[in-house]
Amino acid sequence: MTALPSLRDQRSLERASLKHRLAEKGVDRVLWLLVPGAVFVVLLFVYPFLYGLQLSFQPKGGGNPFQNYITFFSDEYSAETVWITLRLGLPAALFNVLASIPIAFRMRGRFRGKRALTTLLVVPITLGTVLTAEGLLAFFGPTGWFNRIWIALGADEPAKLTHNYWGVLFSLVITGFPFAFLLTLSYLSGIDPTLEQAAATLGASKRQRFRTITMPLLAPGLAVTFCLSFVLAFSVFPSAVMVGNPAGETHVMSIAAYETALRDNDFAMGSAIAMLMALVMLIVIGVVLIWRTTLYRGATGGKG
Amino acid sequence: MAGQRFAELHLDHVRRVFGDTVALKGMDLTIKGGEFVALLGPSGCGKSTALNCLAGLLPLTGGRITLDGRRIDDLPPEKRGFGMVFQNYALFPHMSVRRNVGFGLSMRKTPRAELTRRVDEAVRLVQLEEHQHKFPAQLSGGQQQRVAIARAIVLEPPLVLMDEPLSNLDAALRLEMRTEIRRLHQSLGLTTVYVTHDQEEALALADRLVVLRLGEVQQVGSPEEVYAHPVNRYVAGFMGYRNMIPVTVTAQDDERATVRADGVELVGVKSEEVADSAVAAVRPEDFAVVTEAGENTLDATVEIVEYHGREQAVEARLRDGTQLHVRTNSRLAPGDAIRLRVPVERVLVFS
Ligand SMILES: Nc1ncnc2c1ncn2[C@@H]1O[C@H](COP(=O)(O)OP(=O)(O)OP(=O)(O)O)[C@@H](O)[C@H]1O
Ligand SMILES: [Mg+2]
Repeated sequence: MTALPSLRDQRSLERASLKHRLAEKGVDRVLWLLVPGAVFVVLLFVYPFLYGLQLSFQPKGGGNPFQNYITFFSDEYSAETVWITLRLGLPAALFNVLASIPIAFRMRGRFRGKRALTTLLVVPITLGTVLTAEGLLAFFGPTGWFNRIWIALGADEPAKLTHNYWGVLFSLVITGFPFAFLLTLSYLSGIDPTLEQAAATLGASKRQRFRTITMPLLAPGLAVTFCLSFVLAFSVFPSAVMVGNPAGETHVMSIAAYETALRDNDFAMGSAIAMLMALVMLIVIGVVLIWRTTLYRGATGGKG
Repeated sequence: MAGQRFAELHLDHVRRVFGDTVALKGMDLTIKGGEFVALLGPSGCGKSTALNCLAGLLPLTGGRITLDGRRIDDLPPEKRGFGMVFQNYALFPHMSVRRNVGFGLSMRKTPRAELTRRVDEAVRLVQLEEHQHKFPAQLSGGQQQRVAIARAIVLEPPLVLMDEPLSNLDAALRLEMRTEIRRLHQSLGLTTVYVTHDQEEALALADRLVVLRLGEVQQVGSPEEVYAHPVNRYVAGFMGYRNMIPVTVTAQDDERATVRADGVELVGVKSEEVADSAVAAVRPEDFAVVTEAGENTLDATVEIVEYHGREQAVEARLRDGTQLHVRTNSRLAPGDAIRLRVPVERVLVFS
């Protein structure tokens, strides 16, 4: 007998080592767990997206594949939806993020009634847009509580706060704030409280601590919070119809897409509008995230 | 650099309660300018609480703190201006070493030229010149610790508070940093309050020790006093008196007590009036292995021997079953019958 391993042994040795080499690169049986998720993403996201994209380049009347996009921007009524939606989405997201900072800041420590207050702030998530819209109509409508008090205080006519821009903005704030607040709170809780204590022992006042320690460490998280809030607000649809003025002031992109695709039966044009919505959101998010990197580098850059 | 000196910092019945745990039970302490004071005690005895109360990070439940007669316990931390080195360092992660060190100066709107000069000086003092443009995440534990110290002392605070600053370091670095802290204290003359649970560290560093237990001060004194004359069995246990032999007191006068342990007479010193049943505290290294009979000797049997280089650590047992810890140069083996002698002044009798 020789000491050399037989051919079969050698082959099984190689097979084992191949398995190890693959495992080294992260290829092993656990990878199968990804399959359901991957199938899900392809079927429900990638395929509809690509389908819509190619559809948008096949205008109903044939001809120039960019015809839908040209039509969208040459018609003032549809082109204006971009501005209308931005005018709602940006202030709503900005307000939600800015308002959540001081509240999250207060809610960081432990105190009596914290859980009750958190619940109160988060409940609007569970209400749904339709219920919020109905509530808004009842409260801010021409004969609602708000205007009754307003008139009783001596105003000549009821303030117009529903079926226009303000109604939709209120609704976006009510439904969007809990998300922004929860995110901000979790980012804020991630900051080590001894950092602020250290700053205090070094002579920094409350305001200086907030400006030099808390804000720079919180800013990257706020940027992400802003992006998510913006995406939520930008795709506004039900409240734009219910508490807005869907034919005029709050004729947002999602309404335009819906009307074109399902009322006018022009799916190609509807797809083009949906693609433009995605593009606008991507641009805003891109700008914010670029700002985020410069901001973070600025704070950590050691100049000064 | 020399700290702004004060004459006397006075803690008067400082009390702090968390819910129903009393973390600090009316602490009285006077700290003189230029002194190095160590707060020593086991985990949970209220050391950090005392330090945070001094820094202003925790409001007092009762009592007062005065600095040269001026009441300071109602001032917020930024108005007290005491430097603090945190246990986890608490370096600002988004600032370079230089900006961390210069943080306090820039909060005080120090002119640029002076800020640069003082930061340079502090960075040089803790030997971090080559790391001064790095960020905290890029530093080793020992380097981070030095940044934390530099950041606190660059302001020349009247008082520097350190909360177990060496507890996260390995043994070698701990010794090195210990010397460094002592050197900084001596060259800058900064008044320092240093919290630790390591008696060796406290003895090595401090001019004065404060031993705490369950929120109460047990003893205040120089390292020699506390080491050689602990006032009670608790402090003795903390200072390395590992043998607590149960004894019955047969006679006592003002200084000495005669006790009976394991059927033999021992004479020891006492610092308090003792009842009939008491303990005799003896350090492992104070036993001598002898052959002849004589005063203050105990007979024991060797059970376990550990080799520690020049010395051996021996566990022996008395006839009545009491276990003894002994350190000796003699070479012993398990099963040996030995006779141990301990000098009268090295036997401390406590109730
Ligand atoms: N925020 C708090 N809430 C409730 N109890 C607390 C709080 N902080 C401290 N305590 C309690 O007060 C006591 C003293 O705590 P402290 O942190 O001062 O201990 P320590 O001596 O610093 O201990 P260690 O050496 O482990 O740091 C402990 O019993 C602790 O449980
Ligand atoms: Mg502590």
